[in-house]
Amino acid sequence: MDIVVENITKRYGQQRAVDNVSFQVKTGEILGFLGPNGAGKSTTMKAITCYLSPNEGDIKVGGVSIHDNPETIKMNIGYLPESNPLYTDMPVIDYLKFIAELHGIEKSKTKDRIREMVDICGLEGEKHKKIAELSKGYRQRVGLAQALIHDPQVLVLDEPTTGLDPNQIIEIRELIRKIGKEKTVLLSSHILAEVEATCDRILIINKGKIVADGTAGDLRKKAQGREILKVGIENGNFNEVFKALQGINTVEIVDFISKSGNTFEVQSKVGESSKRAVFQTCVDNGWFLTELTPTETKLEDIFRELTAN
Amino acid sequence: MNQIWIIAKRELNSFFDSLLAYIMIIAFLGFTGFFTWLYGRGDVFFRAEASMDAFFGVAYWTLFFFIPALTMKLVAEEKSSGTLELILTKPVSDWQFVSGKFLSILLLILISLVLTLPYYITISSIGPIDHGAVWTGYLGTILMSAAYISIGIFASSLSSNQIVSFLLALFIGIFFHLLFSMIAQSFSGLLGDVLDWLSISSHYQSVVRGVVDSKDIIFFISIVVLGLFGAEAVLVRRNLSDN
Repeated sequence: MDIVVENITKRYGQQRAVDNVSFQVKTGEILGFLGPNGAGKSTTMKAITCYLSPNEGDIKVGGVSIHDNPETIKMNIGYLPESNPLYTDMPVIDYLKFIAELHGIEKSKTKDRIREMVDICGLEGEKHKKIAELSKGYRQRVGLAQALIHDPQVLVLDEPTTGLDPNQIIEIRELIRKIGKEKTVLLSSHILAEVEATCDRILIINKGKIVADGTAGDLRKKAQGREILKVGIENGNFNEVFKALQGINTVEIVDFISKSGNTFEVQSKVGESSKRAVFQTCVDNGWFLTELTPTETKLEDIFRELTAN
Repeated sequence: MNQIWIIAKRELNSFFDSLLAYIMIIAFLGFTGFFTWLYGRGDVFFRAEASMDAFFGVAYWTLFFFIPALTMKLVAEEKSSGTLELILTKPVSDWQFVSGKFLSILLLILISLVLTLPYYITISSIGPIDHGAVWTGYLGTILMSAAYISIGIFASSLSSNQIVSFLLALFIGIFFHLLFSMIAQSFSGLLGDVLDWLSISSHYQSVVRGVVDSKDIIFFISIVVLGLFGAEAVLVRRNLSDN
């Protein structure tokens, strides 16, 4: 079941929270929705889940428009809202039963589904406790369980791993990846590592507009453009080495990092790689190559570059 | 209908879990019982006749104050805790949500009223009682309660603060309960008639007196529908741009 977002705009008063945003999520794809706080991630998710309707534009989930038939869309979506609101006065089991009833799950299957969710989300020890008594991490699991209970085709998760400890984060990520193989998943986060670890594709949004769209690799390539190598060379005269490196015809700029250790930063021309040439130069001159490391542009840098002004 | 029932059931359970329902029922039975049997002036023994008038007179005022206390949290709490977003992104429409809330309190009131049936049984064993008047009295009380529940839900949808919702419900309610009929007395002609028609007390009195007129029923149902539509409209308003 695809999600197709077509030119949606959502205004709050004068401010445009989401400004003419379009994108698609295909079945079996996990899309990471990335952006600083207040970028419009949650608003877009609220529009997809039919809580808010956009001022302009249309969203189709499985070909059904949010304007025509929101009830059908709601049946097919599992949604974990941002602050994970729950009826805290209810015990976990009762709460899950309530949600299952709302989704129209048959009575005979409800028990099995709840047991399955309790298993998957690791709620066995807490299932009879009131939600108010649970820690934040367990509440988050209850939130996930309620989103998954009706086995939805589309999963919309707004910051699913906030409040979890590292072990739980890994578990939840694995769970999301497992689910994402057959279903359509849209998850938002402001943690880059998380999106990179979980998602097939990344969408970066800032001030209501999409500023980047692609896989983690794509984004890196786009921002990087050129190869940067950290090169360490011993046994050679510093100036000679410097000149020889600059003489390589794929090299654009050579910069030295430390004079004593003879380490250099070699930046290649756009689209070229200088690794082989650097190695060959060392061999030809009888120098000892101690380091040849490609410096990767971090996603953090891309993110900062795209979202800061 | 199913969704409405599921929401009403959850709400009713939470009332009983939080003791609020028990407190309300005990207080209601206590108040009405005291004024029906023990107060001295106006109670059954003072009147020396087998009638439930004393009970309905007290219930009229007790429910007026109790119902806003029950309805104040219905929407306001869901708004402030964010569960409104959770529930409305399930396959539940705004209308089903509002109606489910309405149904839950109506059921709670019905339970309270069923528990007052022993009064009726006891009084009817003391002397000859007008059975018809008792049943229309109950009918009038239920209709009046429905109207105030609806007003209460509307008030609750306007704010995310429960106290504000409570006071707002009382403020709107007092017009229907008392003020319209009072003001109507000082106006003659059309304005007086309109105000008198708007007054819940005059419709209530005519039903309780044993005259079940379709006009009265239509009046109460219109208040219920208006209140619920109002609450739904307030919920839908989250979609408007200048909000």
